[in-house]
Amino acid sequence: MKRVVVDPVTRIEGHLRIEAEVKEGIIEKAYSSGTMVRGIEIILRGRDPREAWAFAQRICGVCTTVHAFASIRAVEDALSIKVPENASLIRKLMIGTLFVHDHVVHFYHLHALDWVNPVQALKADPQKTSELARRFSSYEKSTPGYFADVQKKVIKQVERGQLGIFSKGYWKHPEYKLPPELNLMLLAHYIDALDWQTKIVQVHTIFGGKNPHPNFAVGGMPCPINPASDTAVNMEKLGRVKSLIDEMNEFVEKVYLPDLIALGQFYREWFFKGEGLGNFLVLGEPEGDSYREGRWFIPPTFIKGRNLKDFEDVDYREVKEYITHSWYRYSVGDDKPLHPWEGETELNYTGPQPPYEHLDVEGKYSWLKAPRYKGYSVEVGPLARVLTMYARDLYGIREEVGIVLKGLDLPLNALYSTLGRTLARGLETKVYADAMRGWFSKLLENIKNENYDVFNGEKWEPSSWERDAKGLGLMEAPRGSLSHWVQIKDGKIANYQAVVPTTWNASPRDAKGQPSAYEASLVGHRLHDPKEPLEILRTIHSFDPCLACAVHLYGEEELEVRVV
Amino acid sequence: MITLSQIFKEKGYSRRDFLKFATLTTAMLGLPPAMFPKVVHALETKPKPVVIWLEFQDCAGCSESFIRSTTVMPTEVLLDFISLEYHETLMAPAGYYAEESKREAIEKYRGKYILVVEGSATPEGVYCTVGGHSNYELLKEASEHAGAIVAVGSCACWGGIPKAEPSPTGAKPVYEVLRGKKVVNIPGCPPIGDVMVATIVHFLALGKLPPLDSLGRPRTFYGQTIHDRCYRRAFYNAGRFAESFDDEKARNGYCLYKLGCKGPITRNACPTIRWNGGLSFPIQSGHPCFGCSEPDFWDRGFIYRPLSVVEGGFSSKEIATGIAVGALAGAGIAWINRKLRGGK
Repeated sequence: MKRVVVDPVTRIEGHLRIEAEVKEGIIEKAYSSGTMVRGIEIILRGRDPREAWAFAQRICGVCTTVHAFASIRAVEDALSIKVPENASLIRKLMIGTLFVHDHVVHFYHLHALDWVNPVQALKADPQKTSELARRFSSYEKSTPGYFADVQKKVIKQVERGQLGIFSKGYWKHPEYKLPPELNLMLLAHYIDALDWQTKIVQVHTIFGGKNPHPNFAVGGMPCPINPASDTAVNMEKLGRVKSLIDEMNEFVEKVYLPDLIALGQFYREWFFKGEGLGNFLVLGEPEGDSYREGRWFIPPTFIKGRNLKDFEDVDYREVKEYITHSWYRYSVGDDKPLHPWEGETELNYTGPQPPYEHLDVEGKYSWLKAPRYKGYSVEVGPLARVLTMYARDLYGIREEVGIVLKGLDLPLNALYSTLGRTLARGLETKVYADAMRGWFSKLLENIKNENYDVFNGEKWEPSSWERDAKGLGLMEAPRGSLSHWVQIKDGKIANYQAVVPTTWNASPRDAKGQPSAYEASLVGHRLHDPKEPLEILRTIHSFDPCLACAVHLYGEEELEVRVV
Repeated sequence: MITLSQIFKEKGYSRRDFLKFATLTTAMLGLPPAMFPKVVHALETKPKPVVIWLEFQDCAGCSESFIRSTTVMPTEVLLDFISLEYHETLMAPAGYYAEESKREAIEKYRGKYILVVEGSATPEGVYCTVGGHSNYELLKEASEHAGAIVAVGSCACWGGIPKAEPSPTGAKPVYEVLRGKKVVNIPGCPPIGDVMVATIVHFLALGKLPPLDSLGRPRTFYGQTIHDRCYRRAFYNAGRFAESFDDEKARNGYCLYKLGCKGPITRNACPTIRWNGGLSFPIQSGHPCFGCSEPDFWDRGFIYRPLSVVEGGFSSKEIATGIAVGALAGAGIAWINRKLRGGK
């Protein structure tokens, strides 16, 4: 048995380490470890709940906003604050923008180089590339001159001997299978998307002042609407939002989705491996902001063992976390799980002192805790959501899935795979991009009816709050179900916990030894060359890891009042 | 050695395009027009600088902001103007070859590469390791032969959120880890992408670091406070303040001072360069500045608490002239600022 270590896993957010036991070139067991910790939940204790979003937001700068949303929703839930409809719509527009931005950037800048070989793109004929591109889409930038320019750009990199981010890629690996023209087309879109993404985040800039890390407010949004003011949200700004939504839809329809299909044709075998668990969880994205209203954009759903017929609704009491193999200590014993409301934190590093070769995977081996639902190890994220929409027949996703799979000549089961996950991410991007049009129209209609309200300040003052309150904020983040759990006592945060998508997916084993989605999905992968672990990267990247999100400490029970 | 001027030429840009870029760079760096020929000369003759970008206790928000630069688009930054030899979030290889990329770049460009650090570092190595090595060791090793060291973001510059009380992992800013070495600080949570790019372009174009203030910040971008250049300053001077988010005054763009704006004690370029293509900045979109580029801003109290020491004293009736309001409040703020800088 040979131990293969991949550390750092790159083209992700944060610090992830994979250790795999390999026998005759095939992975028999895999272990996923988060190797960095900051302790933001401890830092949140004793702070004013109205500013918690700003702290929580800094959990992650890639999926920037998701922790801010979950945080304000948790605090609004605890304090029973009803958010004006306009604020909910603006938030939704920002969430939609995040999904489109994050998924596109993930595909091109974090995932594509697992499939696309820029060195091979040098051999492409720009004329043929243009013809190929036009077969897939009517995207205007598909001229031979455009592809020739991109090719020149890459040739320059090679001639200059300064390959930059492309240095030491595994460009001779036999698993790269795209023809030169397709490599050039996708590389051109890598470059195109890199500049495109600077612009579409402007929806965040208009409503939140900046990106990354735009601003929010508990009780609504801080950006006033006033068609008569040149500084507030007015028709000039809304017009820009409208154009940006159109641009997002165009890029998703004409570039992102066609590229996914083009790529899928050449990697069929990756639609049949890398599934992992077969259990999928969606905690839910509310239609407004509160889960208590029972109106859902993406309804909470538990799918067990690929069973799309008998899916279940979700019971939030069944979310529990283990630390048996995580560097923490529980007062109830390390083999028992705790619900986030009773969450505990005590750092307990038992791993080797750096520099080290291997982690002790029999003991504790990660800064991530291990969340489980009803005791099951589950996968969260785009695939779980697309399966939910499929099972519940929402947003025409059955038809979309059907068309794409038919085009690729694949069965429905192909979704349960590495590329199935990558494809699901693209399909849900379209659902969000589409939905933005509806949210925008509704916002515009309200403004037409002179409803400008974006903020409810009735409960701004702590004197209006209950002495002891608990709140749950749910948010379907790009990487999966996110939940923030806050307890507010005497106007301050007594306990704060975040159960994060990548914690669900990338956790270490639990008390029963059940592996997480990452760990299970790698089993059976054949490695061509352990020093070039392309196969591991493909499957791990298909989850879109976000480690800064995943590692955090949970606050202890007792209230510790800080002087602020 | 391929120079920027050649790159421009080969990309099919004219000499005029190149000069336009040089003008923009000169202007962005806030250099006097007399420096323009020097910038042109430098851009024409200097090769692409090598950047090694390390991430420690970070959220990758600074990296994200870096690729939101719009004065020079990210494609050009990454492919034409710098050679980014190591950056975990963007680079192709992982594991062994990722680390080898770094080792080779350090060796090959000894004394010349720019080391960019994102995130704080912790002396307790077990709280942050990459490739099984402690963050402290990695930082020290990479800094040893760096031509310049640039800390990006408030975590690398001041310790940032990991260092916020009670600082659970003992996080430290880069300058504290690398005592005795010159560290350029580009603070912000995150900093504006264009500011990060411009600082690197400055080094590239002029072969030296930009002029820095006593806290290691480029004066060009951190020389004045948000308040000094805020477009709502006239409302402040006139004593017109929003009292709540979304009240009539907020809807009409009044000053956000009473909502806790930290613009008066925050040095950053948000009101001038603005964000994401010069479109807006927090105050313009209705939220007070909470001072994210200042040292230890997370522990300066509730972000919506007004700075003023003159409680309720801002109506125009009580104060004779708008200018007096500004002067009075300014003095009060300077006092608070000194007190805060002195310690908690």
